[in-house]
Amino acid sequence: MGKVLGTSIKRREDPALITGRGKYTDDLKLPNMAQAAIVRSPYAHAKIRSIDTAAAAAAPGVVAVYTAEDVQKSGIPGMVPVGWLLPDLKVTNHPILASDTVRYVGDAVAVVVAEDRYSARDAIDLVAVDYEPLDAVCDPKAAHGHAAVVHAEAPDNVAFDWEIGDRAKTDAAFEAAAHLVRLDLRNNRLIPHAIEPRAALADYDPANGELTLYLTTQNPHVHRLLMTLASIGMPEHKVRVIAPEVGGGFGSKIMHYPDEAIVSFCSMQVGRPVKWAATRTESNATDAHGRDHVTHAELALDGDGRITGLRVDTYANLGAYLSTFGPAVPTYMYATLLSGQYAIPAIHAHVRGMYSHTTPVDAYRGAGRPEATFVVERLVHLAGDQLGLDPAEIRRRNFVPPDAFPFETQVALTYDSGNYAPALERALELVGYDDLRAEQTKRREAGGKQLGIGFSCFIEACGLAPSKIVGQLGAQAGQWESADVRVQPTGSVTVYTGSSPHGQGHETTFAQIVADMLDLPVEQVDVVHGDTEKVQFGMGSYGSRSAAVGGSAIVKSVEKVIEKGKRIAAHLLEASAEDVELAGGRFSVKGTDRGVGWGDVAIQAYLAHNYPDDLEPGLQAVSFYDPANFTYPFGAHVCVVEVDPDTGAVELRDYVAVDDVGNVINPMIVEGQVHGGLAQGIGQALWEQAVYDESGQLLSGSLMDYALPKIHRMTQFHTDRTTTPCPHNPLGVKGVGEAGAIASPPAVVNAVMDALSPWGIQHLDMPLTSEKVWSAIQSPRRASA
Amino acid sequence: MGITIKVSVNGKSHEREVEPRRLLVHFLREDLGLTGTNVGCETSLCGACTVLVDGEAVKSCTQLAVQADGAEITTIEGLANGSQLHPLQQAFWEKHGLQCGYCTPGMILAANYLLSHTPDPTEGQIREGLKGNLCRCTGYHNIIEAVRYAAEQMKSG
Repeated sequence: MGKVLGTSIKRREDPALITGRGKYTDDLKLPNMAQAAIVRSPYAHAKIRSIDTAAAAAAPGVVAVYTAEDVQKSGIPGMVPVGWLLPDLKVTNHPILASDTVRYVGDAVAVVVAEDRYSARDAIDLVAVDYEPLDAVCDPKAAHGHAAVVHAEAPDNVAFDWEIGDRAKTDAAFEAAAHLVRLDLRNNRLIPHAIEPRAALADYDPANGELTLYLTTQNPHVHRLLMTLASIGMPEHKVRVIAPEVGGGFGSKIMHYPDEAIVSFCSMQVGRPVKWAATRTESNATDAHGRDHVTHAELALDGDGRITGLRVDTYANLGAYLSTFGPAVPTYMYATLLSGQYAIPAIHAHVRGMYSHTTPVDAYRGAGRPEATFVVERLVHLAGDQLGLDPAEIRRRNFVPPDAFPFETQVALTYDSGNYAPALERALELVGYDDLRAEQTKRREAGGKQLGIGFSCFIEACGLAPSKIVGQLGAQAGQWESADVRVQPTGSVTVYTGSSPHGQGHETTFAQIVADMLDLPVEQVDVVHGDTEKVQFGMGSYGSRSAAVGGSAIVKSVEKVIEKGKRIAAHLLEASAEDVELAGGRFSVKGTDRGVGWGDVAIQAYLAHNYPDDLEPGLQAVSFYDPANFTYPFGAHVCVVEVDPDTGAVELRDYVAVDDVGNVINPMIVEGQVHGGLAQGIGQALWEQAVYDESGQLLSGSLMDYALPKIHRMTQFHTDRTTTPCPHNPLGVKGVGEAGAIASPPAVVNAVMDALSPWGIQHLDMPLTSEKVWSAIQSPRRASA
Repeated sequence: MGITIKVSVNGKSHEREVEPRRLLVHFLREDLGLTGTNVGCETSLCGACTVLVDGEAVKSCTQLAVQADGAEITTIEGLANGSQLHPLQQAFWEKHGLQCGYCTPGMILAANYLLSHTPDPTEGQIREGLKGNLCRCTGYHNIIEAVRYAAEQMKSG
């Protein structure tokens, strides 16, 4: 049998999804099910004077209406917890229904339970909330010491004030620098926009006190734990969380939101299944947003263009409440990545996490790493410009050399492996760099549409680990993954994984891992996920961790199964287990033709008729794999744009992505992950932006006002790979889910800035809309006229 | 209150009483149980709810069920011929044109409509034809590949 690992087999997930048989949360219908709709604050900041629910309660089809008072009376804790703590973090209460103050547009105030979707939606307009509107602040820097205070516990709106690196050493590097590059930037706030809006269906059974929650989640076990600890307060063993098909997440379905606790509360109260499904507008207002940094950054270089120091000062918007991993994203997921692919001898970063009257901010595809990559790659681009060095050359001069690994950065990480230059050289070759530069020169002379070429040489840290270290950094969770590999008596295999996919194809790739190790047809392996009652335990899918951590847990379990299988086979073959090997679907005595089939061993494990005396029956193994380190995927991306100076329109002409994600389980799926990440990063660079007005209204609350990447504005991508296997996990895999979204924003912006360099434009903040680009071109023209 | 409508969905006739304000997508999903048609935005912008109404791609989240009275509707559940996948379904599978699958039914039906009037589309025509459908997972790269591949298969088949 040919090896299945590393091949592009088709996804087994797809037949259901292409025929409309996949069941997402809102597709589920339980007997006697009621429907909930949530009353949300239209104000960014207001006191709640009173809530009158009488008219809503009397409306046709309405079963019940609840407010914070009902939650308090019920005795459940009713709070949304934060899952990551930092020193001196100002933790505040986050009630599932606001009791006296609302702090962002979308804050939940009351809930209506009705017989059907339409009645519930009608009745929420009848809930009369008397608000006293208050001043709001939305910008993270403006929030610092602003009169509009989000939480009394943080009177200056600072949730945390955190730094990393050596300040004195960095200051000294700047004093000695030959060149200095400065950059002020805003990393635009994004709304994740999984096409499936969040939804929850809670089914509480008063007879046995058990709650089953169907939820749009990337990590059902984590949701169950957080609900047990803080919001619902039911014993963990009485709560079952199920992730049905999940229609995309990109981070936004990691967090514990008030909504799933609210519907669970409703189901407990009315004793019926209760479903809630967000509208798009509701999703935009309440799904955790991403990014939103205001940053000042400086790079010091010597006379040869070698970087000698980096200092960064960032205001990170956390929104109105601390979201599940909100404090981790702009600290340990951000500032620790500021060394990029470069050997930078001195780095210091200062980050203030700011409360504001906006939707909570948390992990969105890349989560901190895109923000870090943007800072580093924009600075390096500017440094190349300033020193007259080609952008490829200045990067080559500063790469961590291949013989320097493991490489300890100045910001706490140790890069386990890497070889950066070959990816860049391959990208230059694929994009046809020399020809492009020649074309660019010609176009500059001719006028008209200008060509821009932008680079991004990025690093990411995936598979947050190990647990002991992340615990010291503030995580309130372990960062291992678990796998249970069960061999059936007839030899087929079921894998129970704690990784919980939402489009990544785990059922296919995890089966490939097991089939490869056991030399079984891949059809003989099934993968089960996304159900706390079926799966022993799990941490879920985020941070590009599933292959590296979840996959490794599976390998560990399969190894245990093989070891036990060898002992059973050795007994049957009257040989020593050390002499038995598994190959070609058979256990054989090395160097002989004596062997027994996989199936013979599997059945004997359960018959236990002809069996070693000192061995338990059964062929199954559970593993909890805790990685030794992060993994460090990297790559070199080159973006080519054409900019029309008359309109400011930016057109993507080419995008080359050379990624190194280590070994690859399924190349087709890996490429698909890269494509999707690229589109999201390109979206951030060119179109996407969540906008609040001064009063805290979300102006980009629907798809009318928030520009997602559309098919007619995209281009086909050119992808390739180099392979530097991860040295510390058994598969040598590193993770790929976020790479494209991390790498592409600076590649696109650098390309546009390259095109705009004849106008002396050095930096524009994302998104680079036509209007922004056109205006920038016009201002020097006007000035010189 | 209710208005009686008669529609044919995936070749099967239905006569139902519906509220005048009931959206076609809720009629399909909740009244007929055809949950393959998804709702992504309720504002005609994402295209997840695209179905064919009398052969034309329609966003069923912004059409009322009563407007479909007398129409022939095809949803994703009705596209395959028994166990024989439609070439577009096969192509999305072969070319990895989907990840989470949520936009996929709408995307396939929009592509079906495109191929019905432009059987051999250029890349530009595919992009133009599908610009009313959003996908957040694939970056559209493999959707382009899938539609091209399906067009070739349908031409040769």
